[in-house]
Amino acid sequence: MSTEVLRSKPRRSRLHRREHQVALLFIAIPLIGFLLFTLYPLLYSVYASFTSWNGLAAPKFNGLDNYIKMWNDPYFLKAMWNTLFMMIGIPIGLVLSMALALGLNRKMRGTTFFRTVYYVPVISSIAAIAILWQWAYNGDFGLVNQVLDLFGIQGPNWLADKDTVKPALIIMATWKGLGYSMLLYLAALQSVPRYLYEAASLDGAGTWQQFRNITMPMVRPVTFFLVVTSIIGGSQIFIEINIMTPLGGPEFSSASIVWYIWRQAFNNLHMGYASAMSIVLGLVIFVITVIQFRLNRRNQFSID
Amino acid sequence: MSTSTSLPGPAAAAPLLDPQAGLPGRSPVRSGRRSNTPAALSRTSRYKLGNLLVTLILSLGAIVMLGPLVWTFSTSLKTHDAIFALPPQWIPDPVMWDNYVRVWSAGPLLSGIRNSLIVATTVTVIGSLTSAVAAFAFAKMKMPFKNAAFLMLLAGLMIPFPTIMIPQFMVFAEIGWVDTLLPLIVPGLFGNIIMIFFLKQYLENVPDSIIEAAKLDGASYLQIFWRLIFPAIRPAMAAQFILWFMAVWNDYLAPIIYLNTPEKQTLQLVIASFNAQYASQTDYPLIMAASFIALLPVLIVFIIFQRQIIESVALTGGKG
Repeated sequence: MSTEVLRSKPRRSRLHRREHQVALLFIAIPLIGFLLFTLYPLLYSVYASFTSWNGLAAPKFNGLDNYIKMWNDPYFLKAMWNTLFMMIGIPIGLVLSMALALGLNRKMRGTTFFRTVYYVPVISSIAAIAILWQWAYNGDFGLVNQVLDLFGIQGPNWLADKDTVKPALIIMATWKGLGYSMLLYLAALQSVPRYLYEAASLDGAGTWQQFRNITMPMVRPVTFFLVVTSIIGGSQIFIEINIMTPLGGPEFSSASIVWYIWRQAFNNLHMGYASAMSIVLGLVIFVITVIQFRLNRRNQFSID
Repeated sequence: MSTSTSLPGPAAAAPLLDPQAGLPGRSPVRSGRRSNTPAALSRTSRYKLGNLLVTLILSLGAIVMLGPLVWTFSTSLKTHDAIFALPPQWIPDPVMWDNYVRVWSAGPLLSGIRNSLIVATTVTVIGSLTSAVAAFAFAKMKMPFKNAAFLMLLAGLMIPFPTIMIPQFMVFAEIGWVDTLLPLIVPGLFGNIIMIFFLKQYLENVPDSIIEAAKLDGASYLQIFWRLIFPAIRPAMAAQFILWFMAVWNDYLAPIIYLNTPEKQTLQLVIASFNAQYASQTDYPLIMAASFIALLPVLIVFIIFQRQIIESVALTGGKG
């Protein structure tokens, strides 16, 4: 390359280098934060999961012991099962919020008001919500049983019974999360092009067919987003458990995986074991996310 | 799409599941075109009937949504005996405003509010600025490996906090930050990838030419940020800021790990220990008063900024 042709090149590249430096400086802060507070702890967690560690002395390598212990630990398995069980609230919540969104998408008065009302639990502090629902679930004087009483139903002592504590938590979580998924569905519904329904209607498609064949595929990205984020969030359920059933519930029936990790790490100082469980949790979340992304990609082809 | 089937759909479908119904102005157009036929009339009146039914169902739902919150407020104004009254009182008699007086001395509520304010304000104000500057660089500046760095940050979102909390705790314990607010503040100062992501998206709509022009005028990148970028992204930032503020305000897991001394705890922890402490004395009015005080600030912020918040959330999910 001759210098005459590109006389301005040194100046340009100097400008570029200057731009690179400034850009690096600008993104350095979040990058350093990521390395310090996410990547380093993650790698250390992986390492600690292969050690016996009480947080006071240095971690001692013990191979796969923690992972083997896990599969024989009935509390771990129970906590995993509880966490999984409580996720049946996710499809229920999605169906309910879809129905709400369809209602709110109608041309009528009061939709803004309803939208705000349904969103109030979403923004409310989960700690306060857990406290007030704990009171609402009180067997004798709680709101829930008093409402049931109006219909002549004798409600159980929700949080003290091993068969009702998980449904109680599911109901509460659905109540709290409904407004969020409703809002996302509503936004998606409003962006479905109108001519699709007009064309379908001309072809003689009924309401249900239009819902199945137009609405559902069109809002599928939102469903996908909600399923992924709900599973990720649901697998980390902790605050409600910690406040409403501080000891993991009757017969350990409401202990979640994060609750058990937290207890093992910070109450029993089994840091190595807790790290191993937290790695399993991280892997589960990772795998679910990847599977969902693959499924979503396949679905998108079928929409096209 | 296979909508070409000639079978007529079920005529009387549930109005709630009527996607057509949501199309504004659709039925009026129809009825206007053939206003003389009885079928058109029945279509509009059926729509109105549907609206009535939907409003009824939504109102029932609204009662379910607000009921527990109203019940909380009602309980917080009751005497100790009134909470056990059967049938339950929705309007307390007598009204005990005194609960809202004694709640302040019953526990470290005030220091809880102060601590929560310190954490949430510091994190969101400084963190928003670092996020905005980074978003500017990611969206508008040239740099090798820029996309790789961005993807790395995004991948970090997949790592749940419980997976990293133990080593993080040990590090902060090592430098003596346990039982201070610093472990809750410092990581947030480095920015928030969710905010970076949305500000970057937002900045894609800002034309490069105005930045190029400013560069030719000899403006530095920091000047470009302050004079051009910051004013442009301010609305997007405001919405993300509020959402982030509420998330930090409501945070619980990180505070419960780091804070032990009651006076150093954030508001959420304070009300949780109110709950644990006073439930055994069945002093529910006091617990509910504390919880209601904890709910109130976010509730007020939400009611003031509800349009921005709701629009921002709707946008967030749609892009995800």
